[in-house]
Amino acid sequence: MPETILKATNLGIAFGGLRAVHGFAIDIKECELVGLIGPNGAGKTTVFNLFTGVYKPTEGTFYLGGHLMNGKKTHEIVAAGIARTFQNIRLFKKMTVMENVLIAFTKDMKSNLLSSILRLGSFWKEEESIRQKALELLAVFNLQDKADWMAGNLPYGQQRKLEIARALATNAKMLLLDEPAAGMNPTETAELLECINTIRKKFSISILLIEHDMSLVMNICERIVVIDYGEIIAQGLPQEISHDPKVIAAYLGE
Amino acid sequence: MDNQKVRTKKLLVSLVGVGVLMLAVFIFDSLGMMDNYIRGIFIQSCFAIIMVTSLNLVMGYLGQIALGHAGFMAVGAYTSALVTKAIGLAIKAETMAPISPMLQFFIGILCGALAAALFGLIVGIPALRLRGDYLAIITLGFGEIIRVVIQNLPFAGGKGLASGQAGQALIGIMRMNDIYVIMLVTMVCVGIMIAFVRSKFGRAIMAIRDDDIASSSTGLNTTYYKVLTFVFSAFFAGVAGAIYAHRGLGTLQHSDFTFLKSTEYVIMVVLGGMGSMTGAVVAAITLSVLPEALRAFSEYRMLVYSVMLILVMMFRPTGLFGSYEFSLYQLLTKRRKKAVEPEQTAAKGDN
Ligand SMILES: Nc1ncnc2c1ncn2[C@@H]1O[C@H](COP(=O)(O)OP(=O)(O)OP(=O)(O)O)[C@@H](O)[C@H]1O
Ligand SMILES: [Mg+2]
Repeated sequence: MPETILKATNLGIAFGGLRAVHGFAIDIKECELVGLIGPNGAGKTTVFNLFTGVYKPTEGTFYLGGHLMNGKKTHEIVAAGIARTFQNIRLFKKMTVMENVLIAFTKDMKSNLLSSILRLGSFWKEEESIRQKALELLAVFNLQDKADWMAGNLPYGQQRKLEIARALATNAKMLLLDEPAAGMNPTETAELLECINTIRKKFSISILLIEHDMSLVMNICERIVVIDYGEIIAQGLPQEISHDPKVIAAYLGE
Repeated sequence: MDNQKVRTKKLLVSLVGVGVLMLAVFIFDSLGMMDNYIRGIFIQSCFAIIMVTSLNLVMGYLGQIALGHAGFMAVGAYTSALVTKAIGLAIKAETMAPISPMLQFFIGILCGALAAALFGLIVGIPALRLRGDYLAIITLGFGEIIRVVIQNLPFAGGKGLASGQAGQALIGIMRMNDIYVIMLVTMVCVGIMIAFVRSKFGRAIMAIRDDDIASSSTGLNTTYYKVLTFVFSAFFAGVAGAIYAHRGLGTLQHSDFTFLKSTEYVIMVVLGGMGSMTGAVVAAITLSVLPEALRAFSEYRMLVYSVMLILVMMFRPTGLFGSYEFSLYQLLTKRRKKAVEPEQTAAKGDN
């Protein structure tokens, strides 16, 4: 029986009168890849914002590896092991590709103000080791040759990849990907699909994936959760979902 | 990433550079050209360099607008002046073993800097919750509050301490205008700030400047880094204040530290280039020397500043140096890499 990584019960948030998410429950196991789909404005990104502490839930609870995460700050949740990417890419555009990844290592770095200013041996050693680690990680995404590029100058598809690389660099157990294939051409999407499969094997990480590209979702997700108007309307295996009348109705607009 | 060999070479080059600079000043001095007037401008450039580079940490690298830097300078100036005064009195009263004026000065600097850092913490914790214009207004307000409080402290006016009087200029402050000492202190301060920028701290604050939400989603405790940078920056404003207090006139006035003073430093940061230490140093020296060179127009100083600012904003919105950094090592080895200019690429829309 694989261990549960992320578990939410009855999770919800209301913005004033609008219940953006309500009664959301999910149980993601080790190394599982779960899809989260739903029409525009259904509340998918809001679920991610709840899981990463950007919004504080107004109801319900969620746990990571058995630890309660409610009310924790974003950086504390990242430290606990949830990392994400954004629907609208949020890279550090004016920093290099390498630096984008290095930032994610910062939380685990030991050097302090004094050793950094005095440039002690330990400072250089750590800098060298994280740069090595960053290069290895970039190599997984075939970005090692662009380490010195300004992140904002990368082609779109590679920006998406770099964002995933940066999320992985936080050493997360749970990865939340918000529409990683949005705006990609079919070749880039195919590449991304391969990439997601590689990192699952290599990092044995659980993934929750929001995606509008149905072929991608049906292709790689083991399980799918469908939400509409902030509530779960269906969940199950990809083939079950694709035949579910409620899902079809939600997508075709009744 | 440089290896050990390159790092040692770079260090040597920097040390030689510092030596040459000191030597140049020494030659200038021994030729008898360092009169009191030039010395004054020299010292003014030094504390301006510390002020502008430290403000650049907050404005250029962290990307927050702070209009109260002169307030921290005031804290450093008054604290250090009172400390050296107290030590001087204690030595006179023979309750303390005599120490050299140099040591007194350094104790003064350290106390001034720590006091300024403490105020940085007190101001920074509430202020950094706000952003942009609000932060600008609140730092401006705090800067003025600090000044007005100093004005009303009895021990910070007149002869100071026990025989002090509120509302008056603080007089009889020790003089420490040894250009070599001040130059060395300035270089050490700038060196420390450059080391800060080129470490995980500098990386973190530049990431926060680029994207606050992405930074926290990548595990950065953004509040911690913001407050730390603010405190760090205030610390050096305190050092600059200490140099200012002991520059040789022997007096301190609360009106030396109005928000106009803060604005002057802000202008220097913007002109030099937000996020360029080279730009900060060049702007600080230029704008300290220039008004003296253009003595005849001194009344129009603010006008000249404004025109300069408008021109720079029109033709070079990232400041004169953008984010360029001068490197003696690269100049000597001729292995200059083309710096990728970030400015144009950033304007791709918000997505
Ligand atoms: N901070 C907020 N304040 C008020 N309403 C919000 C806020 N954030 C999200 N919402 C609302 O919550 C609902 C769900 O938004 P969300 O962004 O989660 O949708 P989504 O499923 O990600 O849609 P899309 O497929 O377009 O990305 C929307 O109606 C949105 O307007
Ligand atoms: Mg969304």
